[in-house]
Amino acid sequence: MRTNNVMGALATELTRHRRSRLKEMGRVASGLRLGAFGVVVIVIMAVVALAAPWVTPFPPDKADFALLASPPGTSGHLLGSDVQGRDILSRLAYGARVSMLVGVVAVGIAVLVGVPIGLIAGYIGGVLDDVLMRIMDTLYSFPTILLALVIISVLQPGLFNVMVAVGITSIPGYARLVRGSTLLIRESDYVRAAKAIGAPTPRILFFHIWPNVSAPILVQGSLGMAFAVTAEASLSFLGLGVPPPTPTWGGMLRSGFSTIDTTWWLSVFPGFAIFFLVLAFNFIGDALRDVLDPRLSRTLGR
Amino acid sequence: MQAYIARRMLQIVPVLVLATIGMFLMVYFLPGDPAANLMGEEIMSATPEQIADFRQRHGLDKPFPVQYATWVMNALQGDLGRSFRNREPVRDSIAARLPITLELAIFSTLIAILIGVPCGIVSAVKRGSILDMVTTSFSVGWVALPNFWFAIMLVMVFAVWLQWVPVAGFVPLAQDPFANLKGMLLPSFALGSHYAAVLARQTRSAMLEVLEQDYVRTARAKGLRELRVILIHSLRNALIPIVTVLGLHLGRVLGGTVIIETIFSIPGMGSFVVASINGRDYVAAQGAIVVLILGVQISNLLTDIMYAYVDPRIRYV
Repeated sequence: MRTNNVMGALATELTRHRRSRLKEMGRVASGLRLGAFGVVVIVIMAVVALAAPWVTPFPPDKADFALLASPPGTSGHLLGSDVQGRDILSRLAYGARVSMLVGVVAVGIAVLVGVPIGLIAGYIGGVLDDVLMRIMDTLYSFPTILLALVIISVLQPGLFNVMVAVGITSIPGYARLVRGSTLLIRESDYVRAAKAIGAPTPRILFFHIWPNVSAPILVQGSLGMAFAVTAEASLSFLGLGVPPPTPTWGGMLRSGFSTIDTTWWLSVFPGFAIFFLVLAFNFIGDALRDVLDPRLSRTLGR
Repeated sequence: MQAYIARRMLQIVPVLVLATIGMFLMVYFLPGDPAANLMGEEIMSATPEQIADFRQRHGLDKPFPVQYATWVMNALQGDLGRSFRNREPVRDSIAARLPITLELAIFSTLIAILIGVPCGIVSAVKRGSILDMVTTSFSVGWVALPNFWFAIMLVMVFAVWLQWVPVAGFVPLAQDPFANLKGMLLPSFALGSHYAAVLARQTRSAMLEVLEQDYVRTARAKGLRELRVILIHSLRNALIPIVTVLGLHLGRVLGGTVIIETIFSIPGMGSFVVASINGRDYVAAQGAIVVLILGVQISNLLTDIMYAYVDPRIRYV
């Protein structure tokens, strides 16, 4: 009787376990679906951005003086036109260029600077580690948008400077992440073996350690793109980003805000564009995390 | 505990020193003549003698370390210099604006906690329910929502269309508390709702982790009420990751005020920084930014103290 009970309990426990495994797999699968959705959104936006001159109905800076601030749907202006009579849809397509470029380059800068700092600080340690990490802490202690503002005010607004400013604000995140994993891997047998046969430090860093710490960078990178897109839009909205006449989503929101009481479409559509791009990068980041680090996703995502 | 707090406070010093040096260097190496940069439009009508006088008065003819040391000595005595635009002491401008920004930061943090934590608890407890799915989807979407755009949408709907609140026009708390709170509602919500979403996600996963622990099962087996199990036995232990997120975001809220204050034309620290940078008033910008960084440091400190309170093990590390 007792054994029966125990067996019964074991059986239920096993089914429960199997069910939770199934649930877990289902969760990862749905995470992957969202990730795939993110990829689709980004591919579409990238194609539109690259092909903007051919797919947009109007040139982005062509002012149509007969149709100033016309609501969506007015004679060919699918999403309306702004106060200078420029087509919103076309400007959104061109704005995607800036947003995506800033995302890629800013993250690129942050990775190129942050990763070596993390590798060196983590591997070499000692005073160098202390100094580098204190500098990173200091950068981290600035509210990001404020730091970007300060850098922009020194460098002057402009596309490249926005990329640099946003990139610099993201450096500490990568440095900390890489340093953490480097500290763990430094003690592994294969790194000790490489050191023992006399491999030079740069070789150890880039051939033995870097490949093993790079996975979380992918996650951080896609979330970083989302951040960079928002940051660029915020700066451009404040008038300290990419200056006009270059069409940017943040800049469009800026000019739309001054006539918010009459022209709702100028404030609505660029925001949706930013939202979907950011959402897409977030979905990809979450999906990558699920795939690359199942342990982390089990505690974080669910 | 005191020793822990004291040790933790000391760590603020090097960060502040590095941050101020960094900021000083950036302004020092601004393209062009520092005097020209600092004088702004005045330089148009200034004679060479006036420019030289300006340099001397502001110590711009001194080498960098001397300039920095002078600024630090003055700052330690509460003197952040005078604005180059309106000649007002920067300290006074900051004293007038800081309470407004703090009010905004506190309200938005309260909104984040009051919405985020209960949502996270409910969706963890009712895991897999429709309520959970709605909350989770909302929080995933909300995290992606740029908060300045959300602020613009709030202005459009509540101020322009429904006209429930004025579009702009800040009313000081001392003048009319009710009108002040009414005016702060939208900005606080715009800033806080983003962190509410982040908090909801974090609370949910922390709670899910804790709810599976043996002591929770024991508490239930003892026949404790579910509410007590959730709030006393589970939430208390889920608080550490929640406090982490909250602490991180307290600092970001201070940064977020930069853009939210500009949208709602609130005369706080954030809009002051933007206006100073736009007006190339570097003395004012420097002072304001240092105060904001100090604010971030203090909020990080408070987070760590809260940690030590929530999890006594941390005090001994």
